[in-house]
Amino acid sequence: MEDAGGILTSKYKQSFKIMEKRELCPDTFFYAIEAPFIAKKLEAGQFVIVRPNDNGERIPLSICGWDSDKGIINVIIMSAGRTSGEINAMNVGDCLADVVGPLGERSHVEKTDGTAVVIGGGYGTGAVLPTALDHKKLGNKIVGIVGARSENLLLMVDELKAACDDVLLTTNDGSIGIEGFVTHALQKLIDDGVKVTSVLAVGPVPMMMAVCKMTEPLSIKTWVSLNAIMVDGTGMCGACRVSVGGETKFACFHGPDFDGHKVNFDELIKRQKMFVEKEKEALEAVSK
Amino acid sequence: MADLSNKKRMALPMQEMPLHPGEERVKNFEEVPIGYSDEMAKQEALRCIQCTKPGCIPGCPVGIDIPAFIQLIEDGDFGGAVKKIRETNFLPAICGRVCPQDKQCQLDCVVGKKNKPVEIGSLERFVSDYERDNGGPVLPDIDPDTGKKVAIIGTGPAGLTAAYELRKKGHAVTCFEAFHRPGGVLVYGIPRFRLPLDIIDADVAFLEEMGVEFVYNMIIGKVLTLDDLLKKEGFDALFIGTGAGLPKMLGIPGENANGVYSANEYLTRIYLMNADKFPTYTTPLVQGNKVAVVGAGNTAMDVMRTAKRLGADVTCYYRRAREQAPARTEELHHAEDEFINWKFLSNPVEIMYDENNKVTAIKCEKMRLGEPDSSGRQKPVGTGETFIDEIDTLIFSLGCNVNPIIPSTDKKVTTNKWGIVMVDEKNYMTNKPGVFAGGDAVTGGSTVILAMGQAKVAAENMNKYLKGEIKWGEANVPDNPNWPGIVWDKPKPKKAATQK
Ligand SMILES: Cc1cc2nc3c(=O)[nH]c(=O)nc-3n(C[C@H](O)[C@H](O)[C@H](O)COP(=O)(O)OP(=O)(O)OC[C@H]3O[C@@H](n4cnc5c(N)ncnc54)[C@H](O)[C@@H]3O)c2cc1C
Ligand SMILES: Cc1cc2nc3c(=O)[nH]c(=O)nc-3n(C[C@H](O)[C@H](O)[C@H](O)COP(=O)(O)OP(=O)(O)OC[C@H]3O[C@@H](n4cnc5c(N)ncnc54)[C@H](O)[C@@H]3O)c2cc1C
Ligand code: SF4
Ligand code: SF4
Ligand code: FES
Repeated sequence: MEDAGGILTSKYKQSFKIMEKRELCPDTFFYAIEAPFIAKKLEAGQFVIVRPNDNGERIPLSICGWDSDKGIINVIIMSAGRTSGEINAMNVGDCLADVVGPLGERSHVEKTDGTAVVIGGGYGTGAVLPTALDHKKLGNKIVGIVGARSENLLLMVDELKAACDDVLLTTNDGSIGIEGFVTHALQKLIDDGVKVTSVLAVGPVPMMMAVCKMTEPLSIKTWVSLNAIMVDGTGMCGACRVSVGGETKFACFHGPDFDGHKVNFDELIKRQKMFVEKEKEALEAVSK
Repeated sequence: MADLSNKKRMALPMQEMPLHPGEERVKNFEEVPIGYSDEMAKQEALRCIQCTKPGCIPGCPVGIDIPAFIQLIEDGDFGGAVKKIRETNFLPAICGRVCPQDKQCQLDCVVGKKNKPVEIGSLERFVSDYERDNGGPVLPDIDPDTGKKVAIIGTGPAGLTAAYELRKKGHAVTCFEAFHRPGGVLVYGIPRFRLPLDIIDADVAFLEEMGVEFVYNMIIGKVLTLDDLLKKEGFDALFIGTGAGLPKMLGIPGENANGVYSANEYLTRIYLMNADKFPTYTTPLVQGNKVAVVGAGNTAMDVMRTAKRLGADVTCYYRRAREQAPARTEELHHAEDEFINWKFLSNPVEIMYDENNKVTAIKCEKMRLGEPDSSGRQKPVGTGETFIDEIDTLIFSLGCNVNPIIPSTDKKVTTNKWGIVMVDEKNYMTNKPGVFAGGDAVTGGSTVILAMGQAKVAAENMNKYLKGEIKWGEANVPDNPNWPGIVWDKPKPKKAATQK
């Protein structure tokens, strides 16, 4: 826009340029994106909504780190369908059409004399990283648990190790760490006599469900980050409705973190499937 | 013609706005009214008797000099007519299309006592279209730079109006918008077949030409707080025009079934994200063949007419009778012409769904009209009898509460118990010094022209505030949680508007 009489500048216009891109494992990339205003305001547990191009859809992405001075935010994107695939086809120097945020409330972190545990699966390993750092800042003892199908699919392990007192790895095929699921690692901690006072689990819904099922009888406070389907991310549309403790909540505005023992996961899983047919169609349209 | 007597003028037939026929228009998103020809506009203008105390003007929330612009149309000076309107309303193409004229300017037109009121809205629309086809609007005079900076939060009609008024006064104006494009509900609510996009874009381009800066993807409260804007970013005053964007639900079982949408989600997917052009645009929408729409206000009419255009069989469920439907008459008629099914006196009590969480049916209780309540409306009472209709999509169109982001991130901006931003009723200043508000944020959902009217008053007072003529502390902000928000009194019907 024209500078009107020299008073107006366009200092608020952001370009959302991809500054760095790294493959973490097949179809999963780490990005550093220029977003100076968002980078100044981010807090652990928050997310952004991204629209890759002018024809694109808005998708939510968790934040796994940021640099306020450089004006950079970090996200991890796993190719799930058309939109994530479109972004993963972009390169350093390309610009995303829109990035909005920070959205959602910050993760719940309190001073504890026990041990806080963060559990990540897939992109969730990045998503729990800022919360782990918050625990560390408070002086809490913090253990990270990362799960994947196999060793080559584990991601962000070094970063998590730097933020936690200890990190346990689990793989379904036993290629590294404990053989089995993240719940096995959590069970091991408890069996070893570690006093776990809070858990944050971020990742695929079945993983979050399994963690909650295990911690509920032990009365361990467990937070989960709900990846409901979203549109605006500001509380305007209600697409992200989830049932928590029998009440309807908007995941984008009241969450994304909720008390996992109160979440109706069954409904969440079914709601996530709302657009499956369309998603396939969208993918087929590109491959043509 | 000028010597036509008032009696003759008042007996002239109303020029019916030509429309695309129902069976054709449900096949596309083109604007439904076709528009007046020059001749029709002049004929319609003849019906105005130029009252000395016009009933129409007080009915227009921005007080357009209606008889004056109609006279200019009668004289064939269409350019002059639009200039006249622009003295008080800078969005005539929008207002001419979407104002509820039957509840505002046309309500007390004298001609309407015996005949149909003068079609003020259609005339306003006509001259604004004439202007667009003939070089567009002329830039207004802009006062010399004052060195003051103002931020406008939200680019709906309230924000756009405040930007216009404050820029004219020589202030530097920056508009912050949460979405990637401007317009607010004008874009993501009101359907294209009532308000084409290029009209809104032209009005925004006009503001840009005046030197107003637009910034998108900025959720104020989150990315920059009000304090950031005032203290770090150097803005001298702020205007909150963030609208009413928190959808209401009924709170009945089954509301989270797949295929149940709020009107906001449904309309946003289509009109902001272009889901109707999927997969060229990648935002999906799943709409089945049997669509139920709950509610009978303007939003419900928009949703139903949209669903119809996307090929569905659409039924309206409303717990009161047709006569009590809150939609404007014209919108109801348009919907009726577009083959919508109606189930009045039907109160949804449950949404049924299958094992995949997919909506399958709606269960309603049949209602009957009981005693009139305090507002004089007959209250619907349950009969105990229920019925079940099979459906595959349900859209709640029940209105909105106020968008909570700003008040939730700045405790100084106080709200009533429904989330409406509290302002001094005279100058629209909030409880936070230098911060003003207007539009749906202070009414909880009203109309485009009311939002504009309030934004004008707020802008006028912001200008005074910036000049040091009013100070915070002089603001009289209510602290009553039951404060109803800004309420616009419909003009009281005058017995006899005096005639020339
Ligand atoms: C708060 C939150 C944080 C998230 N963080 C990350 C992250 O850091 N990294 C990452 O790779 N993914 C993240 N996701 C999931 C990511 O948004 C989806 O993978 C993405 O939307 C898929 O879009 P698509 O077009 O590529 O795939 P599609 O083919 O559209 O969808 C594949 C699956 O993704 C889910 N999905 C689709 N659309 C949406 C939508 N608009 N919002 C949410 N889920 C959707 C559905 O379950 C769907 O079946 C997050 C989701 C939420 C709600
Ligand atoms: C479907 C529908 C149909 C309607 N039809 C009519 C009609 O025919 N005639 C009529 O007169 N009225 C109609 N209305 C009502 C009318 O549209 C509203 O009264 C009017 O748009 C209110 O204007 P506003 O500027 O206050 O808010 P809005 O138009 O709601 O605009 C608010 C803007 O603020 C932005 N925003 C919100 N929060 C933030 C934030 N934190 N930071 C930055 N930006 C933010 C939003 O994205 C939005 O762009 C209709 C409403 C709907 C929903
Ligand atoms: S702005 Fe609206 S209310 Fe005012 S004269 Fe025009 S149509 Fe009527
Ligand atoms: S009230 Fe009088 S001046 Fe106004 S439009 Fe009607 S006839 Fe004309
Ligand atoms: S995404 Fe629209 S309300 Fe949460």
